[in-house]
Amino acid sequence: MKLEILNNVFIKERRLLLELSAPASFKSALPGQFIHVRIENSYDPILRRPFSIHDVCESRKKNRQTLRVLYEVKGKGTELLSQKKPLSELDCLGPLGHGFDLDKITQAKKIYIVAGGMGVAPLHFLAKKLAEGRKPTPKDPVPVVLIGAKTKNDILREKEFKDLGCEVHIATEDGSKGSKGRITELLSSFLTSPRAMVPGPKRYWAGIAPSGRNGAGAPLSAAIPGAKRNCAGMPLSAAICACGPKPMLAALSAIARKHKIHAQVSLEEFMGCGLGACLGCVIRTNSGYKRICHDGPVFDASDIIWKE
Amino acid sequence: MTMKPKLEVDIGGLKLKNPVMVASGTFGYGDEFKGQLDPSKLGAIITKTITRHRREGNRPPRVTETAAGMLNSIGLQNNGLDDFIENKLKNYKSLGTKLIVSLGGETNDEYVEMAKALSSFKEVAALELNISCPNIEYKDKIIAQDRDLTLNLVKEVRRATSLPLIVKLSPNVCDITRIAKAAQEGGADAISLINTLLGMAIDVDKQKPVLGNITGGLSGPAIKPIALRMVWQVHNMVSLPVIGMGGIMNARDAIEFIIAGASAVAIGTANFVDPCTALSVIDGIERYLVEHHFKDINEVVGSLNVS
Repeated sequence: MKLEILNNVFIKERRLLLELSAPASFKSALPGQFIHVRIENSYDPILRRPFSIHDVCESRKKNRQTLRVLYEVKGKGTELLSQKKPLSELDCLGPLGHGFDLDKITQAKKIYIVAGGMGVAPLHFLAKKLAEGRKPTPKDPVPVVLIGAKTKNDILREKEFKDLGCEVHIATEDGSKGSKGRITELLSSFLTSPRAMVPGPKRYWAGIAPSGRNGAGAPLSAAIPGAKRNCAGMPLSAAICACGPKPMLAALSAIARKHKIHAQVSLEEFMGCGLGACLGCVIRTNSGYKRICHDGPVFDASDIIWKE
Repeated sequence: MTMKPKLEVDIGGLKLKNPVMVASGTFGYGDEFKGQLDPSKLGAIITKTITRHRREGNRPPRVTETAAGMLNSIGLQNNGLDDFIENKLKNYKSLGTKLIVSLGGETNDEYVEMAKALSSFKEVAALELNISCPNIEYKDKIIAQDRDLTLNLVKEVRRATSLPLIVKLSPNVCDITRIAKAAQEGGADAISLINTLLGMAIDVDKQKPVLGNITGGLSGPAIKPIALRMVWQVHNMVSLPVIGMGGIMNARDAIEFIIAGASAVAIGTANFVDPCTALSVIDGIERYLVEHHFKDINEVVGSLNVS
C-alpha cells in the first residue's frame, strides 16, 4: 500500500522522525510490529527495509491514523529515505510480525522498559499502549524506562517517555548523561536493590489522565486490543521489555535469567520478504531457527540461543 | 472488440491457466502470502524445497542485498517430508492453483522416496527436482554440475513417478545444454532455468563474510541476462519445455524469457520486492499479447528473430 508522507524531519544528528498517513487498520497495530518499506522504485537498493512502529495516533483526517517511524541514517536505504519530502508516497507492507505479549507484561507488578540506542523506536509505542487507559494506583506503578547509549547525543525520546508518565533513567557509556556505563549495568543495579521488586514510593501513574474512552479503572488488558488477561497464570514479580543491539539483549537476557524475571526482546535483522516465506531473517531458539519477521520480531528472551 | 488472448500453457503434461508461477523458496508454502495476493490467480506455486528429513538450515546472516540483487544462503531449512504431507499439503486444497512440489535430497534414494510418497496425493500437480541448490551439497557435489549424476538421478525418479517431472538446473556450469540434455535423456518432462549463481559479499570493516555460510546464491535482476542466455541456449538444443526464471521483475522481463524460448516463467526475488509482482506480470503479458495481436501465448514462445 502507498502511504503519504506527512513529515520527515531530523530530530537529533542522523535520526529522523517520519510521519505517514496510514489507513484505519493501523489502529489495531501492536507495539513491536513493523512496516516493510520499499524506499525507491529502484533495483539498487532493491529490497524492502523493516522499520518498527514508533507510534500510531488519531489523525485529523477521517478514517486515517498517523503512523510514526523513528529511524537512523545508516546506509543507502535510510539515506534515500531521509531525502523524502512530505506529500510524496511510500510503498509499505504492514503492520507485520508479532509484537510484545501485552497480556503477559501487564501481569507483572513492575515493568522495566530497556532501550539501547535506536531501541527506543518500538518501545515508545509499547509505553504508550501500557499507559492508555491506565488508572493510577499505588499497586500499579509506572513502568521504569532505562535508556542507554554511547553518549548523550544518542539518547532519544527521553521527554516522550516522561510525558507518558514513565520513570526514566539514563546511562551513557562515556558518562556524558545519566549514570556512566552500560544500560544493562543500570538494569542490574535496579534489580539488585531492594526497591526493585516493590512499587516505588512516590511515582504512580500520576499525571496521566485516564482515558475515558477505554474506561478508567478497567484492567489494563481490557484497554489494549489483542490483550487478554490470563487469570490462570501466576502473577509475575517483574517483566522486562527490551530492544537494542544484539550484544545488549544477550547480556540483558542473562540478567533476566539470573533474577528469574520474564523478559521480551525485540530483534532487528535485515529481511527478505518480511512475511515469513524466505527464512532469511532467523534467530536460533530452543526449538530451532525462528523467523524474526514472522515468529518475532519480539521473542521471549529465555527462548533465544544468543551464541552462534 | 478483441478476443481475450489464450494464456494456457502445457508444460510437459502440466496444464496451467497461465504461464506465471512463483519460484521455489520465494513464496514459502503458499499461505505466507495470503492477504497480499490471491494465489488462485497464479499459474502454479512451486513450494519451498522439501527434503526427506528436517533440515535446520544455515547459520545467519542468511540474506544480504547486492547491486540489483540479493544473496541468500538459507540452506533448505524445512521440516521434512512427513511434516509437509501431514501439515502443509492440506493448505493447498483451497489455494485454487496448481501445486508443484520442489524436492531436494542428499541421495538418489531420498529423491525417489519423496517422489513416490508425493505421487499418491492428488493435490500435487508436478514435481520439481532441485538438484542445483548452491547452499547444500550432495556427496560433496551439486548434482546439476555433473552430467552423469543428473542423468542417473532423473532416470531413477522417473521410474518412481508418473507426475510431470521438472528438473531445475544450475547456472554454475560451463555448458548448460549438456546438463539439460542429460535431464531429457533421463526422462524429465520440463526444465527449470536457472537456480542462483554462487556468490559472496564481504564486510570490509570487519574483514568478514557478510553471510554466515560465507557464500550464497545470487538472484534478482543482476542475473537476468545470464538466465536469459541459458534459456535461449537450452531451448535451441533440447526439445523439452523450459520454465524460465532469474531476475524477472515485471511483464517485459517475463516476455523476454518467453521470446527466448521459455514456455512459462517463475517469479522469485521480485516477490520480496512486491508480493503482487506475479499478478502484474500476468496482466502485463495479457496486455502485450493484445497489443501485438497474438491470440495465444504459445505463439510467442521461442519467437526470437536472430536473422
